[in-house]
Amino acid sequence: MDHNRTGQPMPGLLNGDIIRLTVRGAMSRRRALLFALPAIILIGISALLKAKAHSHVWPPEILGTVGYLILALTALIVGGSVLGADIDDGSILHLLATPVKRQTVVLSKYLVAVVLTIAFAAVPEYLAGAIATGPSSSLAVGLFVGALAGAVIYNALFVMLTAVFSPGQALAIGLLYVLLWEGLLASLVPGVSLLSAGHYSLAVANSIAHNAALHASLNLGTGIAMGLVVTVGSLVFASVTLSTFNVTGDLS
Amino acid sequence: MSEIELRGVSRWYGNVVAVNDISMTIGPGVTGLLGPNGAGKTTILNMIAGFLMPSRGEISVAGQPSWRNPALFRQVGVVPERDSVYAFLTGTEFVTVSARLHGLPDADAAARRAIDLVEMSEAQDRRISTYSKGMRQRIKVAAALVHDPQVLLLDEPFNGMDPRQRLHMMDLLHAQGGQGRVIVFSSHILEEVERLSGVIQVIVGGRLAASGDFRAIRRLMTNRPHVFLVHSSDDRALGVALIGRPAVSAVELTAHGLQVRASDYGTFTREVAGVSRDHGIRLRQVLPADESLESVFNYLLAS
Repeated sequence: MDHNRTGQPMPGLLNGDIIRLTVRGAMSRRRALLFALPAIILIGISALLKAKAHSHVWPPEILGTVGYLILALTALIVGGSVLGADIDDGSILHLLATPVKRQTVVLSKYLVAVVLTIAFAAVPEYLAGAIATGPSSSLAVGLFVGALAGAVIYNALFVMLTAVFSPGQALAIGLLYVLLWEGLLASLVPGVSLLSAGHYSLAVANSIAHNAALHASLNLGTGIAMGLVVTVGSLVFASVTLSTFNVTGDLS
Repeated sequence: MSEIELRGVSRWYGNVVAVNDISMTIGPGVTGLLGPNGAGKTTILNMIAGFLMPSRGEISVAGQPSWRNPALFRQVGVVPERDSVYAFLTGTEFVTVSARLHGLPDADAAARRAIDLVEMSEAQDRRISTYSKGMRQRIKVAAALVHDPQVLLLDEPFNGMDPRQRLHMMDLLHAQGGQGRVIVFSSHILEEVERLSGVIQVIVGGRLAASGDFRAIRRLMTNRPHVFLVHSSDDRALGVALIGRPAVSAVELTAHGLQVRASDYGTFTREVAGVSRDHGIRLRQVLPADESLESVFNYLLAS
C-alpha cells in the first residue's frame, strides 16, 4: 500500500467522516436539546404577540433584538462545542493522529456549526418573521438572510475562540462579547458596531427589509466586507492554531 | 528503517520543567518508558507524536520531524492515555472512521482485521459507551493499528485491563514488535515493563535515569543499598552486632528503632534473624523503608 506511505497530508478542504462524526456528536449530547428551546420560545412569543399585540412596531423590534440574540447564543453553543467538546474530552487526539490537514478539521467542523445554527436559529427566525408579517414579507426574508450571514460569521468567530482558548474560557469570552460588547456597548458607543457580528447581520437584513426599527447602523457594503474579514480571518487563525495545537494536561 | 530519535529534548511549562534534556534512540521492537507518575512520560510520548512542541531539542520519527507534520501519521499510530473515545459510536464505527481518516482504500476490511487482532469482534457492534475500561483500551489500540503503522505509541495501555486482557495485549504488542515495528509504551508499573520489553528507558523527574537492557537495569535496582527500620528488644545491642556484618554499611539508632542501611539486600534479610538469635535479642520488626518505586527510580537517578 505505497499510497499509504507517501509524505503528503490528505487533500480536500472538507472531510465527510469528520462532518458525520461532528453532527452525531453534537446531536447526541444533551445540549442538543438546548438548541431547540430558544427557537421554540421565539416562535411562541411571535405567535403570542401576533394574536394579542395592538402595535405593529413589535416585529422588527423583537425579531431584530431577541431573535438575533438567540442567533448569537445558538452560534455560541454550537460553534463553541463542535471543536471545543472534542478538545475538552481529549477525543480531538483521534482526529489529530491522522494525516488529515488541520485546516480540513476546522472547516468540516465549522460547516456543521453553520448548518446547525441555520437550522436552530435562522429558520426559526424566518418562521417567527413569517408568523408576524407574512411568509413573503421583506422583513421575514430580510431577517432570514441576515441570520444566514450571522450563522456564517458568528460560528467562524466562536470556532476560532475554542481553538485558541480552553473551551470554558472561549464560552466566557463569547458570552461577554455577545452580551456586553454587542448587547450593551454597541448600542451606546458609536463605532463599536463596526466590530459587531450582530450588526453585520442586521446590515444584511436591513438591505432587504428597509426597516428603521431594526436599528441597523452599518450599510450593506460595510457589513459584508467586515463580515468577510472576520469570517476568513477567524478560520485561517483557527486552522493555524490547531496545526500548532499543543496537547497539554497532566505531566505524567 | 523506522526509528525514533530525540536529541537534547526539553519541555517546560512556565517555570516547571517537565522534560529535561533527553536524548535517546528507539529502534524496532518493544521499548518501555518506565517512570513514576508525573515523571514526564506522557509529555515525551506527546512530543514524539507531534502533539506537543519541544521547548528545546529535536525529535524525528522515521527520519522526519514529528512537529507540524500530520502526514507522518501514515506511519504512526497513537493510543492516548485519556479515556477519550467517541462513546456514541460502536466499536466497528470508531475503527472504520479511523481507517477512512487514514485514507485506506478498503476501510471496512482494515477495520475488521484490526478488531480481530485485539479480539473485540464479539463487542464490535455495541456502543463504546457500554464498554469496560479495558475494552475501550483495546478498541483504541485497534483504531491505532488499523492503518498498519510502522510506529505505535501507547500511553499507559494496560490501565484498567484485567490480567487476561493484559496478557493478551502484551502478546499482541510483542508480536507487533517482533515484526519489526517500533512499539513504545509508557508504564509506571515495573512488572508490566519487565514482561513486555527487553529495552527500557527509565524516566525520573523529567530526566533519563537509565537506558538499555531491562535485565541490567533490574540488577542495578536489586543491588542498590536498601534501608530497613528494625525494632527489637535491645536496639543498641543489635546495632552493635549488625555493624560488624559485611552486608551492613551503616546503622543509626533513632527514636523509632534502628535504621539499617544494607549494601546487600539478600544477605542482610537472611542474616538479620540469625544475628539477633545469636545475641539473645528478640526481633520485633524488620521493615523495608524505601521499597516504593519512586525510591528505586531516585536511586537510579543518583547513580
